[in-house]
Amino acid sequence: MIEVTGIKEIIKPENLVYKKTKIMTDNTLSYCPGCGHGTAHRILAEVIDEEGLQSQTIGVSPVGCSVLLYNYLDVDIQQAAHGRAPAVATAIKRLLPDKFVFTYQGDGDLAAIGTAETIHACNRGENILIIFINNGIYGMTGGQMAPTTLPGMKSSTSPYGRDVKTMGNPLKMTDIVATLPGTYYVTRQSVHTPANVRKTKKAIRKAVQYQKLDKGACFIEIVSNCPSGWKMTPVQSNKWMEETMFPYYPLGDLKTPEE
Amino acid sequence: MAKIRGSIVVNIEKCKGCEVCMVSCPTGTIAMAKEVNGKGYNYAYPLNPELCIGCANCAMVCPDGVITVYKTKI
Repeated sequence: MIEVTGIKEIIKPENLVYKKTKIMTDNTLSYCPGCGHGTAHRILAEVIDEEGLQSQTIGVSPVGCSVLLYNYLDVDIQQAAHGRAPAVATAIKRLLPDKFVFTYQGDGDLAAIGTAETIHACNRGENILIIFINNGIYGMTGGQMAPTTLPGMKSSTSPYGRDVKTMGNPLKMTDIVATLPGTYYVTRQSVHTPANVRKTKKAIRKAVQYQKLDKGACFIEIVSNCPSGWKMTPVQSNKWMEETMFPYYPLGDLKTPEE
Repeated sequence: MAKIRGSIVVNIEKCKGCEVCMVSCPTGTIAMAKEVNGKGYNYAYPLNPELCIGCANCAMVCPDGVITVYKTKI
């Protein structure tokens, strides 16, 4: 039996493996327990930190839970009107082409009220990064049905499940955007397991590199959970997401650059 | 063969007790405390600290970024 080292001997600065990045502020996140937003914020902050872009980053966050981004990321953030983040980001990137510009939007914002802005910004090939958090519901306002709600999925405005005859079909924004010529890199990821978090971080880092090279719009969808809106515990919601959301929104790259 | 030992430090006042770290831990190091923190959440803590291998899986998935991970070879 190997001698058990005291915990105090392990906890030393030289043994540090992982620590919350300094780009994340010390404010307590106001998201519900287990919400994927926190993880998405943190990996975005880590990429900004590792690439040394803190002073050159301008984020755009519109309306929804994503609006609270400015509280937690120590970079410049501009708030946009509901759904209009890609339009604001277009203006910022055209006026300040040296900055790294990203938008951070939820599905109620990007896929509903902001559909036109998103599609046209991607079609014009604006050199911005769009991060799209898809949880299939309007999380902030109380779990109403969103365009991305799955068929049969219950929400507060579709209590018997979404009926596609009367309420329409879910909108796969990422698939639509991938068909447009202006986009350079389109991918769908998630942040519910360590492996997926690492993949998503890699995707964000790629998108940052492509923006430096002036390649065009990059679009990263993060399929996320909403434990409060789905009325589940965080662990249950992650499992439900794997079983129900991933067959409809399969993870992986939809458009990768041609080498 | 060198043995790898890890250790985690949880900021218990910011932990929201979502249990995502507990599920992602490959060695069963983490458990939820019976006590609650200032906000009323059962916070995460290392129940079996000697099992920790410092893989940082828990810190990777923690939505609130409250876990700090240390690792050393002995």
